Amino acid sequence: MLELHDITAGYDRRNPVFTRAALSVAPGESVGLLGPSGCGKSTLARVAALLHRPDAGRVSLDGTEVRAWRHRAPRALRTTVGVVFQQPRMSADPRLRLRDLIVEPLRAAGRRTGIPARLAELAPAVGLTDDLLARRPHEVSDGQLQRACLARALVLRPRLLVCDEMTGMLDASTTAALVTAVEAYRAETGASLLAVGHDRLLLERWCDRTVDWSDCLTPAGGGSPTS
Amino acid sequence: MNTRVLRALEAVTAERAEGAVLSVRGLTVRFRMRGGRQVAAVTDADFDLAAGECLALVGESGCGKSVLASALLGLLPGNAETSGTAVLDGVDLLTADERTLARTVRGRRVGLVPQSPAAHLTPVRTVRSQLEETVRELTGVARRERRAAAEAAAERAAFPAGHLDRHPHELSGGLAQRAATALALIGDAPLLLADEPTTGLDRDLVERTVDELRRHVDEGRALLLITHDLAAAERVADRVAVMYAGRIVETSAAHRFFGEPGPRHPYARGLLNALPDRAFAPIPGMPPELTDLPPGCAFAPRCARATEACATLPEPLAGVACHHPESPRA
Repeated sequence: MLELHDITAGYDRRNPVFTRAALSVAPGESVGLLGPSGCGKSTLARVAALLHRPDAGRVSLDGTEVRAWRHRAPRALRTTVGVVFQQPRMSADPRLRLRDLIVEPLRAAGRRTGIPARLAELAPAVGLTDDLLARRPHEVSDGQLQRACLARALVLRPRLLVCDEMTGMLDASTTAALVTAVEAYRAETGASLLAVGHDRLLLERWCDRTVDWSDCLTPAGGGSPTS
Repeated sequence: MNTRVLRALEAVTAERAEGAVLSVRGLTVRFRMRGGRQVAAVTDADFDLAAGECLALVGESGCGKSVLASALLGLLPGNAETSGTAVLDGVDLLTADERTLARTVRGRRVGLVPQSPAAHLTPVRTVRSQLEETVRELTGVARRERRAAAEAAAERAAFPAGHLDRHPHELSGGLAQRAATALALIGDAPLLLADEPTTGLDRDLVERTVDELRRHVDEGRALLLITHDLAAAERVADRVAVMYAGRIVETSAAHRFFGEPGPRHPYARGLLNALPDRAFAPIPGMPPELTDLPPGCAFAPRCARATEACATLPEPLAGVACHHPESPRA
């Protein structure tokens, strides 16, 4: 499903955040990527979600080699991946009501006809009521907003879901509710999952397997790591 | 539970109140909103906190935990109305005027360990200069000895002396946390108030941070730890108070709460069961809006044990406010 080979990425070519990282996610598999804060795991997740162009290395999604990132990526490839970020406030347009926030990707992809039906499916799946759907981000809690962000990531039915510290700032019950919603979607569609975080307990409980960040990196002078 | 046990429990509570550093009774906070709406952020909170004790206030985001902390520091916005009492060292924190709060409470009677140390520290000044300024403002240390006092303060919070001349952006998350803790300790306040001190830290750092807070508790301070991280609370707290929709629904000894017999309020039980190392099962539904609370038990719509009795507000009894608490032997 997702293959990351020898990825070097960062925000300054002379000083990359990490060099030669590798990770693969099989179709239908869920992988938890564990690492301390600041190690570069979120950057790798952004590469996987086609949101950050790596300095070097190969990325393939569903057998297709990725040659362009962000808005340059072909729509068919871009919509293969759904992303949920750590901080819902920073990833939600404050002007949009939750209902518009969730269906924005459908509008952007020109699939307007399916909007009411998809919304009616998704809102109960992530636990949002009609009352909440009519509100703007400042009128809901972090947990409620993150539910909407998860629904937005699922709205195009991605075959790979990338969750970058999705539950980092949420309480135990909301965390369990969001994980349950992700797993229900995966059971229904067979989608793959890359969950990034530092909570070993959570990711080991949630994912088929977990990978430590240090195991993603090629040891200096060594061959290709197996992840 | 029989009346003898209840009476014994009440007696323990009364004894606690006598030796308390902080004694909170009936603390209620309301926010007036536009259009005559009112947000019931905190309702009738009662608790005591003794020296050398850590009370963890847990609950989901938006349940009123941080508003309670702001009320204790007199830092609520202008549209807030408070009632009740919160007595610390003879001062009622809720009715004290700004002058009293600024000159005798903040930093001197209550030390605040902030949620985001990186945002709490002044970005354009070194840690040393911020420590020295705090020493100057809060203590009577002579000018010549300020440098030594600042270094001693850093050492108390295990902040390495070699990093004192750095600016906040040059510090890791853990060191920034220690710098903020060092500032909170300078005034030698009997009460430390830590508002989500571990948000965004990874597990190792969470454990180091709460262990350090525990060390200050063991030196005789009282610590009110506000957190949604139950694992952190379990590691450090002597007692746990669970907050739901602005009310404290259960107060319990930490070892009984996390171990046997476990929480008695169905919400507290559900919160604990949602942990990944337990059932990992969410509580169905979502918390009610604080602008539109039901007249009875606020948890009843989500509660499997709810009956008609839940249409009236449950009185707290032996630390639990519920009509159908789990029996202690369950």
